[in-house]
Amino acid sequence: MALVPFLETIGRLIIRYLESVGKVLLLLGASLAQLRRRPDMGQVLRQMAHLGADSLPIVLLTMLFTGMVMTMQISHEFIKYGAQSSVGGVVAIAMGRELAPVLAGIVAAGRVGAAITAEIGSMKVTEQIDALRVMATDPVAYLVVPRLIACVFMLPVLVVFADVIGTVGGYAVATAYAGIGSYTFTHSIKVFAVVNDVTGGLIKSMVFGAIIAIIGCYKGLTTAEGAEGVGRATTGSVVTSMILIFVSNYFLSYILYR
Amino acid sequence: MIKLANVAAAFGEKQVLQDINLEVAEGEIMVIIGPSGSGKSTILRLMIGLLKPTAGEIWINGREISRMAEDELNAIRRHMGMVFQYSALFDSMTVGDNVAFGLRQHTALNDAEIAKTVRRKLRMVGLTGQERTMPSELSGGMKKRVSLARAIAIDPEIVLYDEPTAGLDPIMSTTIDRLICSTRRLLGVTSVVVTHHMSSAFSIADRIAMISGGRIIEVGTVSEIKQSSNPLVQQFIHGWVNSGQIARRRSSKT
Ligand SMILES: Nc1ncnc2c1ncn2[C@@H]1O[C@H](COP(=O)(O)OP(=O)(O)OP(=O)(O)O)[C@@H](O)[C@H]1O
Ligand SMILES: [Mg+2]
Repeated sequence: MALVPFLETIGRLIIRYLESVGKVLLLLGASLAQLRRRPDMGQVLRQMAHLGADSLPIVLLTMLFTGMVMTMQISHEFIKYGAQSSVGGVVAIAMGRELAPVLAGIVAAGRVGAAITAEIGSMKVTEQIDALRVMATDPVAYLVVPRLIACVFMLPVLVVFADVIGTVGGYAVATAYAGIGSYTFTHSIKVFAVVNDVTGGLIKSMVFGAIIAIIGCYKGLTTAEGAEGVGRATTGSVVTSMILIFVSNYFLSYILYR
Repeated sequence: MIKLANVAAAFGEKQVLQDINLEVAEGEIMVIIGPSGSGKSTILRLMIGLLKPTAGEIWINGREISRMAEDELNAIRRHMGMVFQYSALFDSMTVGDNVAFGLRQHTALNDAEIAKTVRRKLRMVGLTGQERTMPSELSGGMKKRVSLARAIAIDPEIVLYDEPTAGLDPIMSTTIDRLICSTRRLLGVTSVVVTHHMSSAFSIADRIAMISGGRIIEVGTVSEIKQSSNPLVQQFIHGWVNSGQIARRRSSKT
């Protein structure tokens, strides 16, 4: 029967999938275990600078236009129902809780996650990872830990910028296009938004940072031979990080904003 | 001292090495020769713990490493160096930083002392003043020599050379051969050298091991190997296409 090979294939896929989940968790565990020792702060700072400079411009651009388009859409509807005094608050809350962390995470996955995988992957295929091991240097401590720390602490910084620029974009459209008064907009933020709307987003972004770094490093360290392998690992890294960001975002929202 | 006892290695289903028994004495230069794909690099990778054997034991300085955890292995690797077949330089770092890497990671030397050591090691491989060059700006042979300088930077007790003279011009090859011999003479380094250059094998080796089809088919001193009665060995060291080809031609002429 054709059913048995079919089931076997499904089973094999599931096993391979679970295996890689296990390996990612092992890599995370190994990195956390390395935190006992003082990480190389020079490396961490270099990674942070790299990461921030790489992603900030796109994050700003993305968030500016997101804030603008969102305000354009909702102000139109809200004004129809006489709720223009809620626009500012809704924009700020949406930015703080969801849009800024998720979109900054997606941008960082595309910029930083891809860069991490490409760099480590090309080190893998040219035996530089082996060279590290031969020189008694743990690749997890040397490569993964600084990137993990940098991503976890740099992403919230990006999100702060994202929150601000997104809301500014909203403000610009609300006042210049939708005819909402500048006081109405800012007052509405003060009335509706609370600190938790921002801090929750920052907590989320730390989780996303960890996802981007660990997936990026894992895909890099498990790159298959050849330049083609590096390309495949890089796309794989971005896609996996994005999926994990979207899925974990749902559960984080559930926990943080129930 | 290095000792391999009944070692086997495989990649997935593919058996690459079987029944490897080999002892390299302290301060000895052991040259490994054999056809391409016969498993020479794999033996070196086993010796430094990059690869776990599927069977057998690997002893380095009296300690069995094949079942060691990475942390324990690292303690042993601090006394070892390896020149990779394809150099494996860190391409994000300058030549100087590559050579300094082990020193920065594992010694308490200050910057000036490290710079001095780096300068000396680069001079030994004929690359004086190249500290600031990036690996991407180097030729294949120059990369090889940086890799060599990096391997000996920490003054290791054991150095594994994977084709250290591949891609080098004849004069540079001789320089590197001399360097291998002099590091042994000056520091008592134990060396394992994989090479395809028979002339350099004969000039530097204390003993030669020939590997073929994943097995060691002959081990002996230079003269023992030259006089080996094994047709595979004779064919290989003379580069005959068919075993005994030239000998037959010669004897038919006379
Ligand atoms: N990572 C790997 N995965 C699968 N097979 C491998 C791997 N590395 C080596 N092999 C196989 O193991 C065998 C021995 O390889 P090895 O690199 O040790 O050969 P070698 O003697 O060093 O050859 P060369 O002289 O060409 O460098 C080859 O048949 C090769 O195909
Ligand atoms: Mg080889």
